Amino acid sequence: MQILLRKVLTALLFIGIAFSSNPLKYAKPKLSDYGFFIGDLANLKPNKNVVPYKVSAELFSDYAIKSRFVVLPKGEQIIYQSNGEFAYPIGSTLIKSFYYPADIREPEENIRLMETRLLINTTEGWIGYPYVWNEAQTEAFLEIAGERLDVSFINSQGNEESFNYSVPNFNQCKGCHVNQNKMKPIGIKARLLNHEYDYPDGSMNQLKKWSLLDMIKNLPEISTISHTPNYNDPNDGTLEERARAWIDMNCAHCHRLGAPGETSGLFLNIEEEDKTRLGIYKPPVAAGRATGNLKYTISPGSPEKSIMIQRMLSKDPGIMMPELGRKLVHKEGVELVSEWIEEMKKD
Amino acid sequence: MRYLFTLLALILMTNISASDIEKNLQTQFILAEPGDTIIIPEGLHDILGTLSIDGKQDLIIRGFGMDESILSFSGQVEGAQGISITNSSNITLEDFTVRDSKGDAIKTQYVDGIIFRGITVEWTGGPKPSNGAYGLYPVQCTNVLIEFCIAIGASDAGIYVGQSKDIIVRNSKAFHNVAGIEIENSINAKVYENHSFENTGGILVFDLPDLVQTKGDNIHVYQNLIENNNLNNFAPPGNIVGKVLPGTGVMILAASNVHIYENTIRNNKSVGTGIVSYFITEEPMNDSSYNPYTSDIHVYNNNFDRKAGLPTLDYEIGQLMAIKYGRNTPDIIYDGMQDPNISAGLCLYNNINARFTNLDIEHNFENWYSPFISNFSEDKSDYNCITNNKISSNPY
Repeated sequence: MQILLRKVLTALLFIGIAFSSNPLKYAKPKLSDYGFFIGDLANLKPNKNVVPYKVSAELFSDYAIKSRFVVLPKGEQIIYQSNGEFAYPIGSTLIKSFYYPADIREPEENIRLMETRLLINTTEGWIGYPYVWNEAQTEAFLEIAGERLDVSFINSQGNEESFNYSVPNFNQCKGCHVNQNKMKPIGIKARLLNHEYDYPDGSMNQLKKWSLLDMIKNLPEISTISHTPNYNDPNDGTLEERARAWIDMNCAHCHRLGAPGETSGLFLNIEEEDKTRLGIYKPPVAAGRATGNLKYTISPGSPEKSIMIQRMLSKDPGIMMPELGRKLVHKEGVELVSEWIEEMKKD
Repeated sequence: MRYLFTLLALILMTNISASDIEKNLQTQFILAEPGDTIIIPEGLHDILGTLSIDGKQDLIIRGFGMDESILSFSGQVEGAQGISITNSSNITLEDFTVRDSKGDAIKTQYVDGIIFRGITVEWTGGPKPSNGAYGLYPVQCTNVLIEFCIAIGASDAGIYVGQSKDIIVRNSKAFHNVAGIEIENSINAKVYENHSFENTGGILVFDLPDLVQTKGDNIHVYQNLIENNNLNNFAPPGNIVGKVLPGTGVMILAASNVHIYENTIRNNKSVGTGIVSYFITEEPMNDSSYNPYTSDIHVYNNNFDRKAGLPTLDYEIGQLMAIKYGRNTPDIIYDGMQDPNISAGLCLYNNINARFTNLDIEHNFENWYSPFISNFSEDKSDYNCITNNKISSNPY
């Protein structure tokens, strides 16, 4: 009875939404409703118009592994713009799924899917919808208020990590994906796609593949497009380039002009060149106790005296950065950024 | 269609247990349509994550009273604010309390038309550096009204308005914060009929460097009662507000076009009203567009009163005052740093019981011992100018 009532209510809710100005009107209640995947949903085996991709530098999400796909409306193309940004046709969808293997050292074994986030380009702009996977791993349901789920996995050192995983709510999606009050994709940029991907029919540069598939137009010669390094790979770029790539992917969605972190005057996007704006010898503005009794965001030569590192190390919601989407410390990220600060020359 | 939602909301609400309050409120915040009123039920509700509102117009979020509807974040596991409101317009928050958030209590950013009315924000464990930074925290907002609110225990400012425009803060109380009320890099603010007491500093008007809205302007602070702001400065070190002397009534830092009048400023042991440049912070200045001086500052018709007693000895400037003036430190202290490019300087007149000193830091602080052998000027005749009081316009 209870279940039936809930089903009726859900149905009513969606009928209501379809006719209102409600932000949920572009969403379907279940992930399977979209037809992105064939066979068992949990295998995430893409339908033929659904193209997988990888970004070279990732946002840290509590060691969750992410799979990404892009879907374009039939016959339509992404337009590469002169500033390096992509313009997407209405109806484009980005699909990102988060999962944990039982043991992170065997990333494709005993997988538990946590959530799948859709970013859909509508006539009202991009909208993000979080879908939460059921325990049986047969379906993911729209959960606009988000969800908290207990997770444990074996980490790269062979120790168990247990924590409360957080699926963002509808507003929190925008909290990160906002730019000039508009929702925007973050990772899917030419400089982050400009590397090889292992397609079923062989390895190829992703931009070249998209070009061959007629997914993108106005793409310049690929050799002229920059490449953001994979910060995990010591052979991909200099220490500074890798540290800046980490900071860009993990901080700059908020800490850039036009995004919520701008109030602090700290700008961490990869293009930023001003030392103070990057945090070097910059006193905090509104950090409160998150300063950890330290004077500057970055103290060259002294990562232990840098507020940035202190906030990367914290798990306290009033101190930690990023504010959302992290319950664990990204040890490798802390090491990388610390090393960069360590080698920075003191004034 | 509206009825369907109401019906649905009613069914959902009668069906939920207390622990579902968070999800229920968050869902309502997401689905809200223009004109909606969302009710915060009576009771003490434990909330574990930031409640957020984004991209909404014409909403009222209402409780049954600040003592009746209480959102407690003492067990918060997620998010840096209690409530976060962004990219919205005409939002009214009234008659509820936000308690013990891990970071700021209520932050609103990019909101045009934000009213806080009858809201309490508090940290219940007393003044502590581990309390959140700001209580009521509108930043980069326009048309801000804060009235009949109470802010207690913030480790930075209880009521803080930053990088905003067209602001009223009135009939509110702030106590046991580092700063009671602070207006920072903001334009057109009226702060009146408030009671700011037992903070480290009562009311602050600051302009700081390296921010998006670089310069404040046209700030009026009047008819407030600012007393007994003698709390130890418990701001976590590293914060600029940590520089505020315990025992400060009003402090103007690097701001211009500020009018302080008809206030009662009493029993603040170190300084009744301080007017200082950014140089006094001894912080680096890398922002070439930043103006570190105060200019066009008007302090008049205020009633000062101060019991004889030592200023704070925790800060060098306090020690200096104690050595120079013993138990009778002056009420109005100016660092003497007049902007060389602006003729409008400091105006002081008709203040009752106001003793004045000009530290003239440019000449008196050349060596560490210089202040101790210098003569500070107590002559205020240079600053006796008549004020042109241009009060700001505001729709409220």
